[in-house]
Amino acid sequence: MSTPMGFGRMHRKEDARFIRGRGGYVDDVNLPGMLYGAILRSPHAHARIVSIDTSAALAHPKVKAVITGETLAGLNLAWMPTLSADTQAVLATDKVRFQGQEVAFVVAEDRYSARDALELIDVEYDALDAVIDARKSLDPDAPIIRDDHEGRADNKIFDWEAGDKATTDAVFAQAEVTVTQDMLYPRVHPAPLETCGAVADFDKVTGKLTVWCPTQAPHAHRTLYALVAGLPEHKIRVISPDIGGGFGNKVGIYPGYVCAIVGSIVTGKPVKWMEDRSENLMSTSFARDYHMRGEVAATRDGKIQAIRVKVLADHGAFNGTAQPTKFPAGFFHVFTGSYDLRAAHCEVTGVYTNKAPGGVAYACSFRITEAVYLVERMIDVLAMELGADPAELRMKNLLRSEQFPYTSPTGWEYDSGDYQKTLQLAMDMAGYDALRREQAEKRDRGELMGIGIAFFTEAVGAGPRKHMDILGLGMADGAELRVHPTGKAVLRVSCQSQGQGHETTFAQIVASELGISPDDVDVVHGDTDQTPFGLGTYGSRSTPVSGAAAAMVSRKVRERARQVAAAMLEASPEDLEWAVNESGGAWTVAGTGAGKTIQEIALAAHSSLELPEGIEGHLDATCVYNPPNLTYPFGAYICVVDVDPGTGQVKVRRFIAVDDCGVRINPMIVEGQVHGGLADGVGMALMQLMAFDEDGNHLGASFMDYLLPTAMECPSWELGETVTPSPHHPIGAKGVGESATVGSPPAVVNAVLDALRPFGVRHADMPLTPAGVWRAMQGNPIRTDLAIS
Amino acid sequence: MQVPASFEFERAESVPHALELLERYGPEARLVAGGHSLIPMMKLRLAQPDALIDINGLAELSQLGVEGDTLVIGALVRHAALLADDAVGAYFPIFHEAERVIADPVVRNRGTVGGSLCQADPSEDLSAAFAAVRADAVIVGPGGSRTVPIREFHVGPYETVVEPGEILTELRVRIKPGAGSAYEKVERRVGDWPVAAVGAYLRTNEGMIVEAGLGLTAVGAEHFAAPDAEAYLIGKAAGEDVLREAARIAAASCAPQADQRGPVDYKRHLAGELTYRALSRAAERSRA
Ligand SMILES: Cc1cc2nc3c(=O)[nH]c(=O)nc-3n(C[C@H](O)[C@H](O)[C@H](O)COP(=O)(O)OP(=O)(O)OC[C@H]3O[C@@H](n4cnc5c(N)ncnc54)[C@H](O)[C@@H]3O)c2cc1C
Repeated sequence: MSTPMGFGRMHRKEDARFIRGRGGYVDDVNLPGMLYGAILRSPHAHARIVSIDTSAALAHPKVKAVITGETLAGLNLAWMPTLSADTQAVLATDKVRFQGQEVAFVVAEDRYSARDALELIDVEYDALDAVIDARKSLDPDAPIIRDDHEGRADNKIFDWEAGDKATTDAVFAQAEVTVTQDMLYPRVHPAPLETCGAVADFDKVTGKLTVWCPTQAPHAHRTLYALVAGLPEHKIRVISPDIGGGFGNKVGIYPGYVCAIVGSIVTGKPVKWMEDRSENLMSTSFARDYHMRGEVAATRDGKIQAIRVKVLADHGAFNGTAQPTKFPAGFFHVFTGSYDLRAAHCEVTGVYTNKAPGGVAYACSFRITEAVYLVERMIDVLAMELGADPAELRMKNLLRSEQFPYTSPTGWEYDSGDYQKTLQLAMDMAGYDALRREQAEKRDRGELMGIGIAFFTEAVGAGPRKHMDILGLGMADGAELRVHPTGKAVLRVSCQSQGQGHETTFAQIVASELGISPDDVDVVHGDTDQTPFGLGTYGSRSTPVSGAAAAMVSRKVRERARQVAAAMLEASPEDLEWAVNESGGAWTVAGTGAGKTIQEIALAAHSSLELPEGIEGHLDATCVYNPPNLTYPFGAYICVVDVDPGTGQVKVRRFIAVDDCGVRINPMIVEGQVHGGLADGVGMALMQLMAFDEDGNHLGASFMDYLLPTAMECPSWELGETVTPSPHHPIGAKGVGESATVGSPPAVVNAVLDALRPFGVRHADMPLTPAGVWRAMQGNPIRTDLAIS
Repeated sequence: MQVPASFEFERAESVPHALELLERYGPEARLVAGGHSLIPMMKLRLAQPDALIDINGLAELSQLGVEGDTLVIGALVRHAALLADDAVGAYFPIFHEAERVIADPVVRNRGTVGGSLCQADPSEDLSAAFAAVRADAVIVGPGGSRTVPIREFHVGPYETVVEPGEILTELRVRIKPGAGSAYEKVERRVGDWPVAAVGAYLRTNEGMIVEAGLGLTAVGAEHFAAPDAEAYLIGKAAGEDVLREAARIAAASCAPQADQRGPVDYKRHLAGELTYRALSRAAERSRA
């Protein structure tokens, strides 16, 4: 594959090191004298701590320190703020509130001794009743989980609403047809292959703290450490090296990170802490856990008029969801989806339960996964009620291209779209009518085949700083671009790749703006001492925000180059034209052959060439990009499944995914992102689940229990594309990192339920395991968030 | 990273040497074969043996072949080797069909037949396959060797008749004419342990069933077998109704437990459905 001058397919620059095993991850960081930490965790979901005896652990010959909540309380660090302005225990002092919660931290000479010493710590617990079923969390007799909050009398975190209730209720009251459906988007986990961890190194002499940590948001971490620990911010350096998958699991600050830092301060040595798989699954940010009731009002001929939603949101024991401050339910209120309707209203109630904190993770675009799942399931429920074809029903109700920019009933301004075209392309690729004929023939023979459709619109690229901040930090991103004398460039950005290929795509953005080869652009990221401030990579925001910053800073450089070129050519800057041909970019004098390439200009900018008054020389530039709006990628997905009527097993036979993410910088990388998200969707729809038994035991705490999909469960993906550029993004790109994770689960679930039509099944909750499917066929569906009994 | 507690490690040079090491380290020592059950348990600290005795170098436990009318499978034969062996596939398709759905290629390259049986997990696949074909297990100990019918091998979940100082050396299965076998498993995902699985072995003579073996796993079948259903089949023609009735009897005789793989009613349903499917294919093969 050759290297294009700008956009286009090229191999990922980072793959040269990854495929040679030369990536560098946190666990590869080894410093002289480094010690190892391990965390003692609660076996109980809810218990009062009576006493903690660490004497035997301290007596272990290789143990250097044992830190408890009491130690931290002395430093005012026993609790830390969460990204939702709640507090979370770093190490428990009063109670433990979920199974797997952090209770003590051992620092020892090696990993083995640290782990051995955990068994020497004696904790006496007084077990309490646990709140496991979210639907009972607000019962009058439910145990109060957060009795650390003064005056708290229940487990409610917030009530929140969006849309117009009165108008919506009025439309429902008049509606010819209404349908209602309860559904659960169960608790799932991003389960990145690399678990979370940190190496903390506090230098007592310089007072500088360096933290290596696989964070998706290094700058936000640095500022939070400064605010929480009171360390001066310029004395904190956060380095996020190569990350083995993030998916939102690596946005927040975990107690282990704080413990590693305290461990380093206490011992004066670097401390490494790496969690194991079960710790990752049990204690770090889960995703979803939305108990939803959807209602749709429509005309008898299938025109959707209004949607009403009620949600019970299980946030676990600490409200640690990560989303912009004014959006406690994330962007869930885009649940009107891709449809033209008159009114919408939702109410979301957030509650505490005795489970791990989290909620916004796993490529969810701040809860758009839940929103899209809800509306796409509801469309199928309505189709079943009306006896309508689900594709036709969607076609009829999709927004039309002339309606853009479109303001939704819950206040979102969709930037651009041509939805019918995209759905039609997916249907053509699938051979939709032929599939329906095949299905009819199979049904006559008693065979179960299903065709599921999902159409999604995302709202990504948070976001305009006047609306969006995280703990007061506005969501604009900086970029710095240096151009060396020979015309090679270094781009510094704040966002951090976890596999998205930023080193390639961002180089391509600069390359296309400057007319140089992407091979001549290095991208520096993941080190707060080396990069400008910005909020990081999640919510598909890198290309919409930092990518825009990369384009804008390149344009600034280009403008500076114009001034220098004018001096070189003894022409007026206004008379110069920018042009890119096969040999690269150049400023030329209009109407003449005279011109200077960007490389010639770069050399001159650093030379003794005399520059006009006010022109500084050099070409370097910085910028901050504050997005005017979110971008709205969309897509149409069609899934074909076969279900074994005797066993309930589902086989995904085909999956057609047509994505429109605006302009594609590197189509190969876009396709890779889509492939991964589709596999995630198959996993969530069919096998992934973290249920809890009534004592709060986590029933999905290993990869034996929490199943990730493999190539065997994935068909050969059939991808298509339409391109509707974003009108407000400098290069017309929209985000794509989460599109497929958002769009694929409802397509798979709709397909399975379509297969089960002969049984009159309208809905069954994910994951649709063989048992779940069989039970749905019996009319006795499984409640998937609790232990199967 | 999960790390085990500390332990001694010894590499056995021969079966007598292994027995001697077992004797020396006592009941808290464990043999390690493929390590794919034992090492995960040690990492999770569910097992903390004082010593591991590595038997991977013992070629005498790796034999796989036909001796007269008997298929001999050494305890150290890897899942992958059993799957790759043509004679095994020709005489006992049940083993190939079971192996194809046990774990994944990485695990199958290391995990062993003997380790699987000695682990005695109540969801173990090979236990059902060997129960169906009524294999014999050969065990050696300080006092010499003994042969135990496989249906007496398992004492309960994670418990077998192999005593602390003993080693399972091989499995022996009689090869008989007119036999057919098959294995059916439902798993939530490739590489997962079974929700339920059934192995069937049938011998027919002029259309009549003369020998029947049913092995069921993950559904609480005693000794992984369904003797009532087997007895019912003897002397009958292998038609659909007969096989359905045998499946019903087999399903009724198990005692599945609910877990995250499924509720009791579903597992019992599967026991019946898979018994029927396995019997049907075994019957077809017995006629071929
Ligand atoms: C991811 C994964 C998925 C799996 N999926 C399945 C599945 O779907 N179905 C299934 O049936 N199995 C499955 N397994 C188990 C797999 O088949 C194991 O390899 C097998 O259970 C154990 O074999 P081993 O050789 O690794 O035994 P080891 O782990 O080495 O030993 C297991 C036990 O047997 C003892 N032992 C071993 N050999 C002997 C001997 N010769 N004499 C006496 N005692 C002995 C050991 O001391 C130990 O107690 C899976 C395992 C993994 C890791």
